[in-house]
Amino acid sequence: MPANTPVYLDHAATTPLSAAALAVMTRELARTGNPSSLHGAGRRAHMVVEEARETLAAAAGAHSSEVIFTSGGTEADNLAVKGLYWARNAADPRRRRILCSTVEHHAVLDTVEWLEAHQGAEAVWIPVDADGRLDLDVLGAEIARDPGSVALVAAMWANNEVGTVQPVAEAVALASAHGIPVHSDAVQAFTSVPVDFAASGLATMAVSGHKIGGPVGIGALFVGREVALAPLLHGGGHERALRSGTLNAAAAAAFARAAHDAAAALATESERLARLRDRLVAGVARAVPEAVLNGPDDAGHTGTRLPGNAHFTFPGCEGDSLLFMLDMMGIASSTGSACTAGVPRPSHVLLAMGRDEETARGSQRFTLGHTSGDSDVDALVAALPQAYARARKAGMAGHESSIRTAGTGFIS
Amino acid sequence: MKVLAAMSGGVDSAVAAARAVEAGHDVVGVHLALSRMPGTLRTGSRGCCTIEDSRDAWRACDVLGIPYYVWDFSERFKEDVVEDFVAEYAAGRTPNPCMRCNERIKFAALLEKALALGFDAVCTGHYAKVIEDADGNRELHRAADWAKDQSYVLGVLTHEQLKHSLFPLADTPSKAEVRAEAERRGLSVANKPDSHDICFIPDGDTRGWLSERIEMADGEILDHEGNVVGTHPGATAFTVGQRKGLRLGRPAPDGKPRFVLEIRPKDNTVVVGPQELLAVDVLRGIKVSWAGLPIAAAGSGEEFACMVQVRAHGDPVPARARVQAGADGRPELAVSLVEPLRGVAPGQTMVLYQGTRVLGQATIDSARSAAWRGAAG
Repeated sequence: MPANTPVYLDHAATTPLSAAALAVMTRELARTGNPSSLHGAGRRAHMVVEEARETLAAAAGAHSSEVIFTSGGTEADNLAVKGLYWARNAADPRRRRILCSTVEHHAVLDTVEWLEAHQGAEAVWIPVDADGRLDLDVLGAEIARDPGSVALVAAMWANNEVGTVQPVAEAVALASAHGIPVHSDAVQAFTSVPVDFAASGLATMAVSGHKIGGPVGIGALFVGREVALAPLLHGGGHERALRSGTLNAAAAAAFARAAHDAAAALATESERLARLRDRLVAGVARAVPEAVLNGPDDAGHTGTRLPGNAHFTFPGCEGDSLLFMLDMMGIASSTGSACTAGVPRPSHVLLAMGRDEETARGSQRFTLGHTSGDSDVDALVAALPQAYARARKAGMAGHESSIRTAGTGFIS
Repeated sequence: MKVLAAMSGGVDSAVAAARAVEAGHDVVGVHLALSRMPGTLRTGSRGCCTIEDSRDAWRACDVLGIPYYVWDFSERFKEDVVEDFVAEYAAGRTPNPCMRCNERIKFAALLEKALALGFDAVCTGHYAKVIEDADGNRELHRAADWAKDQSYVLGVLTHEQLKHSLFPLADTPSKAEVRAEAERRGLSVANKPDSHDICFIPDGDTRGWLSERIEMADGEILDHEGNVVGTHPGATAFTVGQRKGLRLGRPAPDGKPRFVLEIRPKDNTVVVGPQELLAVDVLRGIKVSWAGLPIAAAGSGEEFACMVQVRAHGDPVPARARVQAGADGRPELAVSLVEPLRGVAPGQTMVLYQGTRVLGQATIDSARSAAWRGAAG
């Protein structure tokens, strides 16, 4: 039976635009002016963009000159990884190695693989532990082995699938001792856990608008003032000549407003979400005792896991069957990994955490956000037993059908 | 009822799903991912599992206002259809992978998953008709449009499978009508070309594809009297009835074209001969199944009159058939054709009809004629 109100438990995919951001966005969309133009309309638009830049910088502990607006998190990650590699490699051709965690988002992972395939880079994959946490010993050893050959280190701030918060400060400490820049994808972490760009010592950091209550189509890369980066997009020389293209004033303003509000509410909202998440984890354990939580349990809310993230393996069932059953019952969830090519692949994050393929395929992610409440969690807990029973009956993809046919059994 | 519409991305399945929605069913669209590495775009009429097809299916579901999912059957498809296809060719037989897919994927693996998840039926865009009698027993019949009729490739479905099958295009007078209906309904696939050929061989070069998967060795080509008339690069890539690509240096004494009569994978030999020797009138079928309840004569072992069709787009021919016990104790189908047929290869499926009704099917194990029985007997 479909629920009367849809239950949205996929805030990590995208979270609703905040009312304040929507108001800013519509106000600015109704106005004309290219922020680069010198006339009155341009000056007004310029004012909007620069205020947004300052607001966003303040929310992330950065200087406004360190904000490079992009089309989103994916572009920010691409600009950082390619831009750092090209600039560092151009300065010293020995710098070919990219030390990268195995649990990065595809925007980083596939970019590193592309640099390896086409630009002469050498990818060095840094493993994670069973909770998805970066192995600092391996990272340290790989840097120490030959610091002069490292172009950059990439380590995300918090994982998008299982919510594990990474030891970014420790990674930066290891790298900066040798002057090696570190890029961090903070798309999921920003405004969920405390993020301070200046204090982090990162060279670059990617964030995205629609994950924090801002609009889709805007993101930013924070680029340290001393950091040399080669651009992806050439043209009018906008954004420190690192990202050409007319600035999206309305989206930048809405993004900044959402960032400001979310950062201001972080302390109370993260504790509220962590409690709600604990309630969800306990409820799932009651509803389906076989379910296994993936990633840190975040006991005592010490910041080891994103407060709004819960990720489980449901043994013996296919993640997409469970997603389907929950969707039919009006509950939106995710298998945790993107499936753009049509065929769902087992999550590279869970495989990196040492799970086997079947475990990885039977996973489901529930993520909470600013519109989530107790009723959402209760609806999930109520729906899960039936959804799981049916999904389990449907079994794992690839198993042989028990329907007897001419080719498989005696038919009479 | 709750209906799962299998959406290939083509016009037939889109219109079938639309009709299921209109009939008041609770419909969900599912695209079957059959390849782990799908091509990006369709090339002409080939293939049926590209990302573009998946997007077309998705778009059709958007327009129909129904949910859309992609379900992964790539592993099952590889084992049950692709590997079976290779194994059959390696054994010197000519399989029909589309029938195998209907038998093992669409109406088995997909159906089973659908039933487990609470669906009552699987709906496809096949042109065929299911009729239910007063007792709720189902019969499979030809579609209204004989030119588009696909009852042959569904002949392998059992009563159990038919009970959960829905073919909304059954009574459509023509394909043109389906396209016009798609246009009316705002489905963007209205003018998409039909798919032909084998979906997992994207360039249509079946022999080249097989040669990468079956160990091929040079062997001899014999004529029907046992004389060596040429060599070939591997017997298993040939098909009974094949005329082209034999590369025989010497013409036949009578100057007429020669055809493949038999493939002998054991000694890697291909036998060729004149067209008249392709004619067979005695067929033996194994892996027998009934599309619905078996007719009375099937149980009693009595001979019955029927029409036999041995390929998807072939005319049915009158025959007498009888069920008998095979060497392994399983039922076999002994069929004698009133008029001989040409180019019947072991591995092909024979589907038996009475009028428009599909009785059942069997895989052809041997095909013989009184005129020539082959050197292997």
